[in-house]
Amino acid sequence: MQAEADHRELKKRAEAAKEKRAAFGEDIDLDNYRSGSKDLEKVEGLMELKEEEQRTLLEAGVIPSEEGRSGSFVLMDESVVHSSSKVQGVEVMPVSEALKKYGWMEEYYWKAVSPDADKFTARTFTEEADGYFIRALPGAKVKAPVQTCLMLKGKGVAQTVHNIVIVEEGAELDVVTGCSTSKGVEKALHLGISEFYIKKGATLNFTMIHNWSEQIGVRPRTVIVQEDNSTFINNYVALKPVRTIQTYPTARMEGRNCFSRFNSVAIAHKGSELDLGSRAIMSGEGSRCEMISRTIATGGKVIARGQMIGKAKNVRGHLECRGLILGEGGVQIAIPELEAYVPDLEMTHEAAVGKIAQDQVEYLMARGLSEDEAVGIIVRGFLEVGIRGLPENLKREIDKAIERTDVKGM
Amino acid sequence: MLEIENLHVEVGGRKILKGVNLNVMSGYTNVLFGPNGSGKSTLLMTIMGFSGYKVTHGKIIFNGEDITNLSVTERANRGIGIMMQRPPNLVGVNLRNMIKVTGKNRIVPEEAAVDLDMARFLDRDVNVGFSGGEIKRSELIQLEAQNPCLYLLDEPESGVDLVSIERVGNKVRELLHGASCAGRKGNIGKAALVITHTGQILDYIEADRGYVMCNGMVMCSGNPRELLQEISKMGYEECIKCKLKLTTVN
Repeated sequence: MQAEADHRELKKRAEAAKEKRAAFGEDIDLDNYRSGSKDLEKVEGLMELKEEEQRTLLEAGVIPSEEGRSGSFVLMDESVVHSSSKVQGVEVMPVSEALKKYGWMEEYYWKAVSPDADKFTARTFTEEADGYFIRALPGAKVKAPVQTCLMLKGKGVAQTVHNIVIVEEGAELDVVTGCSTSKGVEKALHLGISEFYIKKGATLNFTMIHNWSEQIGVRPRTVIVQEDNSTFINNYVALKPVRTIQTYPTARMEGRNCFSRFNSVAIAHKGSELDLGSRAIMSGEGSRCEMISRTIATGGKVIARGQMIGKAKNVRGHLECRGLILGEGGVQIAIPELEAYVPDLEMTHEAAVGKIAQDQVEYLMARGLSEDEAVGIIVRGFLEVGIRGLPENLKREIDKAIERTDVKGM
Repeated sequence: MLEIENLHVEVGGRKILKGVNLNVMSGYTNVLFGPNGSGKSTLLMTIMGFSGYKVTHGKIIFNGEDITNLSVTERANRGIGIMMQRPPNLVGVNLRNMIKVTGKNRIVPEEAAVDLDMARFLDRDVNVGFSGGEIKRSELIQLEAQNPCLYLLDEPESGVDLVSIERVGNKVRELLHGASCAGRKGNIGKAALVITHTGQILDYIEADRGYVMCNGMVMCSGNPRELLQEISKMGYEECIKCKLKLTTVN
């Protein structure tokens, strides 16, 4: 069978890439991590989870009562603990189940992300990682978001995850993913492969809230494939301390008149290194992309990358990346890149890094606010701009995360 | 309420104020005239305590206390409020939130916005894309929320259209006549130091005393309406003569 031969070939490539360093980010020795448990107990509903686990979910924007959600999926270490869909028009199940259920899954499984991209994709491939499969059926306008949570439970675990989202023609889907660490887990690693397919005229609004802890390493690998007239909105929020994140989601905008927007807001606390990129490859005529990044370094390091590649006429793009350094020891590196391969396109960027504007702080102080309060308000406003244009329900989640962030002591 | 004694101020290494003396008594509204660049705005910004305005000599006394070295917040909390000429843009902070935090939730933004016709600006980022007149109205709402004892108003009428000028003027009058103010216990009269070029604001507020500034100094003082008349007739060149007159009077 061709499929089996293909799989063997991929496996060979993955084996060969076992030691392959990633293009960006500090290297991580995978031998120092064990696989996550695959047999944790399942629950019927998220309210059955321990109170502490529910709290962890909530902090990452995942609602235990599942109110106002179209479906839920929870992965702990490498066990699918819960998976459910509450409305017609959207399917939520483990990828392993979708592979059994649908023969056509071969067209999507490891088709956007290469197993041999680096050691992290290779490990995820050889582990045959599970993850969420979410599919909006053709024409389905899924009003409430599907929520997913990827939680690290065990010490020293390298959690491998493989997610696939398919938004069929004309469908609309919101997905909120909260990534978090269970209390007491010090050192662990999250490797997450995500392959998103957005069909003709479809929309995917994807929000990811990263809520890891001080010693966690994170290496997501995400590729989005867009067909004609499709829309992809990516909202990325990382406000909590973490050891290292390196991510570079890439939208392959293959269809005509595609639109994509990447909003990122992040804080690099002391000891955190965030290497955050967004890439759009616009090979379909008339496609557009916007990238907005708002990052703060409060002692940690931020590398904000953005790359737009224009390969077709009438492509337009704008990249805006702003970084604040609050206090001593923080580092901000902004690397915007524009590549044009045809004459009839327009792509622009603006990048700015530096300290918070003193005149703004004093303006608020002149209204009776303390300096800390003034800085807090300006910083929240700064981050807020990074998530503008989101649907209200999603924005509320992120606003809450920003509210919870202690910006006074920065 | 406010006494400025021989105030010398540098901005970016340049001497801007060169020995300013003036005072504003409780219940009084005093007006500052003077040509562009004479140091009027610098004086207000220095009273508020903004960085970049370096006091090299002299004192600022507020209600008997030397506030020359206090922070902006401390001055605001003692009852000083300012309407700036060019306030900075606060991207990501909307006017509603600004009113709430300024007023410590004492006033309802929607209600405060009615008088100044600013309801549609409540969800906008403070000052971002505001016209000159809109900035004035936004500053006034914030001042209403803040409720200071001493108002430092930098050209409250400039850029304000003919219809809005009445709203702005009436609001300024209303604020100045309010009984109590933040930072003080009990009823005391409020006071104001107002910069004006056109004098239009004088149609709405009763000004008690006028000062003319030239080249970083107060050149003369007197009845504000008379001073305004004199300036519009003779220009600011009369400042020097005026200074001589002031010296002889004092």
